[in-house]
Amino acid sequence: MKSAVIVFPGSNCDRDMAVAIEQASGSAPVMLWHRETEIPAGTDLIAVPGGFSYGDYLRSGAMASRSPVMAAVKAAAERGVAVLGVCNGFQVLTETGLLPGALMRNAGIHFVCRDVALTVGNNQSLFTSRYEADERIVIPVAHHDGNYFADEATLDRLEGEGRVAFRYAENVNGSARDIAGILNEGGNVLGMMPHPERASEPAHGNLDGARLFQGLVEGLMATA
Amino acid sequence: MKARVFVTLKGGVLDPQGKAIHHALEGLGFSGVNDVRAGKLIELDLADGTSDADIDAMCSKLLANTVIENYRIEKIA
Repeated sequence: MKSAVIVFPGSNCDRDMAVAIEQASGSAPVMLWHRETEIPAGTDLIAVPGGFSYGDYLRSGAMASRSPVMAAVKAAAERGVAVLGVCNGFQVLTETGLLPGALMRNAGIHFVCRDVALTVGNNQSLFTSRYEADERIVIPVAHHDGNYFADEATLDRLEGEGRVAFRYAENVNGSARDIAGILNEGGNVLGMMPHPERASEPAHGNLDGARLFQGLVEGLMATA
Repeated sequence: MKARVFVTLKGGVLDPQGKAIHHALEGLGFSGVNDVRAGKLIELDLADGTSDADIDAMCSKLLANTVIENYRIEKIA
């Protein structure tokens, strides 16, 4: 399986993401700098990692979403390549328009950095096949702008189409309908604020995130 | 020529920053503040003859996220 991790100036979870993908897939991802204009041919998975790309200038993810590499990521996603955006990566995907809505300042204003209980909203997706339906899992969050917003019609559509992948069991940031992670219409793009790569090896004390990568790799191998 | 772009949150979109400012004003003893909404002011120094359409495109493509924000352009000669 071929994968790539995008690196922006200010990304800081890119290496953790690469380690988690390598553990699940057995091969190390290519690290792609923001100035790249092409995704290597045959790439099955692109990860947009967490961090503070471009210092969160203007809006979180705003500058990164207009960088050269994101045009290539967008084109790849539209061809059906799997794209996983975590934290700042989720913000970048909404700013790019690959996912609907926006991530706003946490309702409580504080930066939230802690383990959070989630419920799996859809375990039939490419990303969530290793979870049970409605399973309660724990994944850490670390963000200032994680308050998911979309208009009511969009929220209804997301829920109606089973595109809410994860919900907060305890809403830590004010997100509409407790949304922690959503899928695009094609089901090949997932954006989520919690960090599965930080719960993916025994030393983390929690393996709930590892199953996301395992299920994803399994799904991609099956279709390859 | 110069232009000012005012970016504000759409009505109905929660503004935690504005709320915090509101609380801080009350803490300083200012009563009678009904609501506070915080936004951004972006000043553009533009080549003469930059079209209105171009300035508008700058706003809709980057300066504002129209999912959550409105923008208003004020041109200064």
